Amino acid sequence: MTPSAPIVEAREVSKRFGALVAVDRLSFAVPPGEIFGLVGPDGAGKTTTMRMLAGVMRPDGGQIVADGVDVLAHPEQAKRHISYMPQRFGLYEDLTVDENIRFYADLFDVPRDVRETRAAAMLAASDMLPFRKRLAGQLSGGMKQKLGLTCALVHTPKVVLLDEPTTGVDPLSRREFWQILYGLRAEGVALVISTAYLDEAERCDRLALLHGGRMVHCDTPAGLKARMPGAMLEVVSPEPRRARDALAGQPGVRGVLLIGIGLHVHVDAAGRSAGIAAALAAAGVPVSEIAEVAPSIEDLFVALLDNAETPA
Amino acid sequence: MLGRILHLLIKEFLQLRRDKSARFRLLIPPIVQMVLFGYAATFEVFNVSTVILDQDRSQESRALEDAFLRSSRFALAAPARRVADVRDAVEASDAQLGIVIPAGFAELLRKGQTAPLQVLVDGTNSNSALIALGYVGQIAGDFGQTYAQNLAERTGRLQGKPIVSVEVAERYWYNPNLNSRWFFVPGVIGTLTLITIVNLTAFAIVREREVGTLEQILVTPIRPFEFIIGKTLPFFLIGLLEVSIVAGVGMAWFRVPFRGNPLVLLLGTCLFLFATLAIGLLISTICRTQQQAFSSNFFVLNPMFILSGFSFPIASMPPVLQWLTYVDPLRYYLVIIRATFLKGVGLEALWPQMLALAAIAAVLLAAAVLRFRKSLD
Repeated sequence: MTPSAPIVEAREVSKRFGALVAVDRLSFAVPPGEIFGLVGPDGAGKTTTMRMLAGVMRPDGGQIVADGVDVLAHPEQAKRHISYMPQRFGLYEDLTVDENIRFYADLFDVPRDVRETRAAAMLAASDMLPFRKRLAGQLSGGMKQKLGLTCALVHTPKVVLLDEPTTGVDPLSRREFWQILYGLRAEGVALVISTAYLDEAERCDRLALLHGGRMVHCDTPAGLKARMPGAMLEVVSPEPRRARDALAGQPGVRGVLLIGIGLHVHVDAAGRSAGIAAALAAAGVPVSEIAEVAPSIEDLFVALLDNAETPA
Repeated sequence: MLGRILHLLIKEFLQLRRDKSARFRLLIPPIVQMVLFGYAATFEVFNVSTVILDQDRSQESRALEDAFLRSSRFALAAPARRVADVRDAVEASDAQLGIVIPAGFAELLRKGQTAPLQVLVDGTNSNSALIALGYVGQIAGDFGQTYAQNLAERTGRLQGKPIVSVEVAERYWYNPNLNSRWFFVPGVIGTLTLITIVNLTAFAIVREREVGTLEQILVTPIRPFEFIIGKTLPFFLIGLLEVSIVAGVGMAWFRVPFRGNPLVLLLGTCLFLFATLAIGLLISTICRTQQQAFSSNFFVLNPMFILSGFSFPIASMPPVLQWLTYVDPLRYYLVIIRATFLKGVGLEALWPQMLALAAIAAVLLAAAVLRFRKSLD
């Protein structure tokens, strides 16, 4: 985290839809060269926040500043430096790859030579050069998303907003996608990304945990993990569901999460593993190993949200 | 600003060029419909299927039957021997009209008295039934008059007491032969334009909303009014082209005369297109999917058509509906287009319609732009 001046900033931003408060006095600031992640369950206000930052939805209160420009007062001016990439980028399927890029470049008044060099470089980086004359409708899902990213970045934005950009994208394309994002970060672009994939959240420089439109926590992934109360035990068992049932209501157990090889058990303090082992043995659940582990983002997520809902 | 509108225009025509079916939809259906309307939409009644039962079997009754059939308005559908045959034929829809010449018909005529004629009409289609009935009356009347005259001449009653009659000298202006095609063809131009342009505009914008390109465009520095202009201008141009093509077909194929000033029609067409574009835009702001747009268009366009005076006279509508017709842009455009085609009048006669169209277009456009801005949130 660099202490340089933020390039995109939300100040006390709120949005309500009728009686529902979608975003509640949300504030954060992202400096250049940072990947800022928004994570939270569905309905937490991630997409609403993104759309307000992009200037396509007016907040009911608060202020948004992008590159020194007030987005609400001068949306057209602010939009020059912003790029918005929704879950599904709006491509014209009856236009070719090149025509799509050209259209979006034209709307941003990108000069022709700049467009050519930038498009060529980006298409080359994402292995799309052979498909420039292909209709966008005939591309695969991953290629469409890469084309979307090219269209979204052709005007060299300073702020890039990505709303769950890799949902439904194959793992290989996802990796390429993140390579591009790291490249942007190195260029000093501020990136705001919302994601439902917690392994992706782990790649962000900082994370904001949203719940019910409010920011519950905001820190680096490591910092968030340090905030987690208690400890995490990994129970390796061939019968995780029986193990989960056996542990429900045991003293010190705050939460149980099924994982591939068994369970992650969130306990209130270190040194609970003996009690857990005894409880599982009493229930006759076979267990091969119990060990204290570092919590994953997913554990964290569940534990922190549980905490936020039931303040102790 | 102009640049961004131009880029949208280029994109729009690029898509149109690529979409073969769209080009087909723009050109062929209007021409086909024009031809269909030109031939099928007519108030005139020919070859009404008719059953005639002659119970008199006299020279006079056969002469009357002959007069009916010679007129080409009626075509003999089935023979009839009994009154029941006539009723059955009408009930089974074999015939729309049944005429019974009762026994004693000739005897009454020869005495110089009024002879009754029984006519049975299938009134399901009230319009053509009335028209057919009118022809029956006309032919029977002519027959009676001629017969009376002959009778008078033969019996020498004419000296002394001449038969008094009133003769109406009819002259139909603008359409001397009362060719209903002349009435319909200009109307079809307006109706087809309305349907095509409202549909095109609504679908084009709803499609952008549906596939997500609308939101993508709006995160660019484009202003909403630039988007609206860039998105509607192509359909304005297409609308002008369509009016020219359909009008050309009407004039070349159906020989409908064009007597007025083309510039007056152009002005009216532009105002009308503004109104239709605004309607399309309004529909697009309330619909999220193309399916919704389809049903909304149907809901809006059908009443506009019915209330326009295209075929149903506005003066015969109940007052409430007549008031409604005042907000129907098609109503004014039909007056303008029929007047420029058939009457050849100019702005001196059409300024009220032009003003009304301009006012409707202005209100609709303002509402469409405001609603469109709001619908983006």
